[in-house]
Parts: sequence; C-alpha cells; structure tokens
Amino acid sequence: MDYTLLFVQVLNGLQLGLLLFLVASGLTLVFGILDFVNLAHGSIYMIGAFICASLTFVLGNFLWAVLVALPLTGLVGYAVELLVARRLYDKDHLDHVLGTFGLLLVLDTLAHMIWGPAGITVPLPAWLDGQIELFEGANIPVFRLLIIGTGLAVAAGLFWLVNYTRLGMLIRAGASNRTMVSALGIDIQTLFALVFALGAMLAGLAGMLISPITGATIGMGGQIIITAFVVIIIGGIGSMKGAFIAAVLIGLIDTLGRSFLDSLFELVMSENAAETAAPAVSAMMIYILMAIILAVKPQGLFPPKVR
Amino acid sequence: MKNMTKTSWATLICMVVLAVFPPYFLLHGQAFYMDLATRLVILGIAAVSLNLILGYGGMVSFGHAAFIGLGAYAVGIPSHHATWGGFDLIASYNGLFQLALAIVIAAVFALITGAISLRTKGVYFIMITMAFSQMAFFLFQSLDVYNGDDGLTIDVRSEFPFINLDSPMQLYGLSYGSLVAAMLLVKTIVNSRFGMVLQGAKDNNERMVTLGYNTYFYRLTAYVISGTMCGYAGFLLGNFTTFISPDMMHWTRSGELMFMVILGGASTALGPILGSSVFILMEEILSSFTIFWHLPFGLMLIGLVLFVRGGLMGLLKGKGK
Repeated sequence: MDYTLLFVQVLNGLQLGLLLFLVASGLTLVFGILDFVNLAHGSIYMIGAFICASLTFVLGNFLWAVLVALPLTGLVGYAVELLVARRLYDKDHLDHVLGTFGLLLVLDTLAHMIWGPAGITVPLPAWLDGQIELFEGANIPVFRLLIIGTGLAVAAGLFWLVNYTRLGMLIRAGASNRTMVSALGIDIQTLFALVFALGAMLAGLAGMLISPITGATIGMGGQIIITAFVVIIIGGIGSMKGAFIAAVLIGLIDTLGRSFLDSLFELVMSENAAETAAPAVSAMMIYILMAIILAVKPQGLFPPKVR
Repeated sequence: MKNMTKTSWATLICMVVLAVFPPYFLLHGQAFYMDLATRLVILGIAAVSLNLILGYGGMVSFGHAAFIGLGAYAVGIPSHHATWGGFDLIASYNGLFQLALAIVIAAVFALITGAISLRTKGVYFIMITMAFSQMAFFLFQSLDVYNGDDGLTIDVRSEFPFINLDSPMQLYGLSYGSLVAAMLLVKTIVNSRFGMVLQGAKDNNERMVTLGYNTYFYRLTAYVISGTMCGYAGFLLGNFTTFISPDMMHWTRSGELMFMVILGGASTALGPILGSSVFILMEEILSSFTIFWHLPFGLMLIGLVLFVRGGLMGLLKGKGK
C-alpha cells in the first residue's frame, strides 16, 4: 500500500466532499425551510463558475473575481426566487421537480447563449498555482489546500449562522413551523428570499472554486446536482449536520474508490477482470451506499424531527 | 356508440390517426413522418407505463429512462457479441431471446430498486429513483467493452419469425400494436381490484393499510409491471434507432418522460399519448428553428406547472374536474 498516495487521495476526497457540501447545504437549507425541491440549484453552481470566469478576465485576478461574483450569484438566486420559485412553494413536489427542471433547461441554455458551448478555462494567480511539499513525496497543489480551507471555514460559518444568530434561529423556526413564524410577525417572504439567495451564493462559491481546476462548462450543473441530492438524501433532507457528514463521506468514498478499487479487486480476481470491474463498481459505489443507508434508515442518517 | 364520452372519442380519433397517417405518408415516399411516428409511439409506450405508477399509483418515478436504456442494451449487447465475438452465452441476434432478456433485466432492476425505493416516500422517492437511474447511467458509461459514453451501433436488428424489423412498416406495426396492448393492459389493471387498491393507496395510504391491504406489496408489483413495460419500450427503441448509448438513461430523459405524462394529463388513458405527441412534435419543430430549443421548452415546462391543471386532458374535459 502506498501511504503517500493514500494521503493525497484522502485530501482530494476531502476537497470533493467540501465542494459537495457547499452545493448540498444550499439545497438542504431551501428544502428544510421551504419544503422546496430545486433541480435548478446545479445551474446556479454553473452560473457562479461562469460569472467568476468572465470576471477573472475583466479584473485580472481570480480572488477579486470571486469576491465580486459572490453577491452577483446571490442576486441571480434572488431573481430566480422572485420570478419562479416563489410561485411554486404551495404546489406539490412533482410540480417543483417539473418546474425547476424547466428552469434548469432555461438557465443552461441561457448560459450556452451567453458564454458559448466550449466553456472557459480560468487561470490562477502565480502564487496559487504552485505546489507544496507537505512531506517527502506528497506534493499538494496550493489551490486544493485553499479549497479545503475555504470549505471548512464556510461549514463552520454556516454552523455558527444557523445555531447562534437571530437569522439562524428564524431559519430553524421556519423549518419546523413556518405558519407559526409568520404569525409571530416575521416577514416570511423576505426570509425565504434571503435563504434562497444564501443557498445560491453557497452553490455559486462551489462553482467558482472548482472552475480553475475543471473550467466553467455548460453541463457541470447537471452533473453535480444528482450527487448533491444523494448527499442530502443520505444525510436526511433538511439537516445541515447530515449534509456535512454525508458530503465528506461521499467525497472520500468516490475518490478512494476510483483510485484504489482496482488494486483491492486484484486481491480476489484476475488483473484483467479487476480492470474491467473496478471502474464500473466505483462509478456505482455512492449509489450503492445510498441504497444501503436508505434500506436501513429510510429518512437518512439525520431525519428531520418535525415535519 | 351512443354512450361514449368526449375523452373516449378523442382516444379513438387519436388512435385512428396514428394507425392511418404514418403508413399513408410512408407509402407516398415521406419516410420522415414514419420515423417521427415510430419514435412517438415507442415513447408513448414508455409514457403509458410511467403513467401507471405516477398517475394511478402516485409514485413519482424520476428514473424511468433507466428501463428504456436497459431494454435497449438487451438488444445491443447480444447483437454486439454476435457480430464481434466474445461472451458466447448471450451472443445472439434472436429477437425472442433479446426480448426475454430485456424483460427479465428490466423486471429484476425494477424489483430490486423498487423494493428499496418504496420504503421511502414523497420527495425521497423522487430522488432515490433518480439516483438509481443515474447509477445505471454511470455503469454503462464506465463499461469500455461497450464503448462507454460513445455508445453501441446495432448492426443487425432483432430477428423474429414472421416479422422483419428492418421494414419500417412492420416495425411501426409492431410498435403501434404494442402501444394499443399497453394501453389496454393499463386500463385493465386500473379497473381491476388490484388497480382499485393502488389508487386507494395513492389517495390515502393509512386507510388502505387499516383496511388490511399490504400496500407496499401492491405498489411494488405495479412498479415492476411499469418498469418491465418501459424496458419493452426500450427494446423497441433500440431496434428503431439501431444506436444506443448511456445518454438514453440520463436523468433529463426521465424528466422528459415525466413531462409527457403531466403535459398530457396524468391518470388518464390518452394523456401519455397526447403528451408524447406534443413533445416529439415540439422537439422536431423547435430544434429545426434553433439549437437553443431547450429555452422555449423549459419556459413551457414552467408555464405548464404554473398555469395548466390536469394537462391537455384537463383542458379537453373542461373545468368540471
């Protein structure tokens, strides 16, 4: 077993997990408080990446671009809430799925029209582009460490926001009984819009952080949204803690599965068979995990207490 | 014929139009319309199968495209091996064998995923069915033996005694006959005691459970029937397009199937056919104008959800419902 490689892959898995958490936290927030299924959440992730990519070329610096793109993505989220999502809240989940599927097609096509089909590669400033040698043989790109750091910081910030601030109190109250919250004189409409914009900013941030690695591309939203849904299903829909644990779990399992499953399989089967089976099994692994968890706990690891 | 309602007249007219016009166009050298109609009818079967569980059973499956893909690969994989060698056990052009394979695989996949998915409800069910279909999607995407993402070309269509699927007319005949059979099957199921329990469980599950029905079992059975029918539609689609790829199972395909059912009108006999007709025509017309046809399509979806209750069949029946 190559422990250096294992260490590097664990870090990669952690990075994927934290990015997933950024997307899934917005989904789970919006679902928890609004009871709203949003397939278009992935499109906002994509739009965040594209806005940031464009701004990187305008402002000449990736970090400045992120700072400007964040509120812009929040605005996009706010507009989406105002124009479409708000009208869907009192309909059933089937309507949410269909309506936001339509929204996803609209947003993806708009991005295609604005930014073209090819996607954009985002350059990093020189000091972020290098690698750090953490110990003998383990070279980690600085930017990946930055992603992990940002992800952990945002997770901590969200935890603080939800548990220790007035806004967080309202969010938690709204999640358990929104009629009561509005009866107590809270402007629930504004609260909803705020939560929606916050979720959009989180997803957008994830898109911005990944864009220097994979580039901003048209299909990126549709790819991550399914995994993000798997995350919130495993974690228990509406639970921030569940989303965090499930996201890191899935990030690690997916990354480690892709890199080590073939050597594991070679212990029990021929090299040839292992090379065929490993990619197939690792591609399905997170879904198998989800199936097992749901077979045991149909409402996920941390089911909502009040619904 | 006096006591026929407006909707049964509409059904009759639709089915007659589908029976008469495509062959007529083909005989007059307009093969394009025949192609369109064949795709419409095959997707219609898939939509009818989805309607059984979504409309009548209240199970919102967001992963039905997986069954189409499985059915299509049940044609493609044996055919691929028969052409290129290897895997002698399943290498075959025999249509009956491929059909049996499609049905068994779709049924087993439905049984396993259904048994797990049906333990959940509501939005969990929607998402878990979607996730399972993505699982199938990624599985076939990662199988390099079958060209992964690039897909498989079916060089030889399924070989049946008496029927030649290479003839567009006979393929259409088979598809059309299957659609009629599928509609009759769903109608029979819905009106049977089994169907009554299914619909009762949709309206109020607790009540049916209290009455002593094991609703889980009823739902699972319906789910397997629906999945198997959809796998059959995939079998036909594979033979029609002669090209299959994981893209057939992508979750957006499942979304389109759902759109057909809802647009036409869920839990109506004709709704899925109307929905698939509108979808196919729209796709064909809009995409001939612009490559950005998903934009008006998406806007229509949003409009459908916001403003149209009960789909096209709802409009047909009037506001009485």
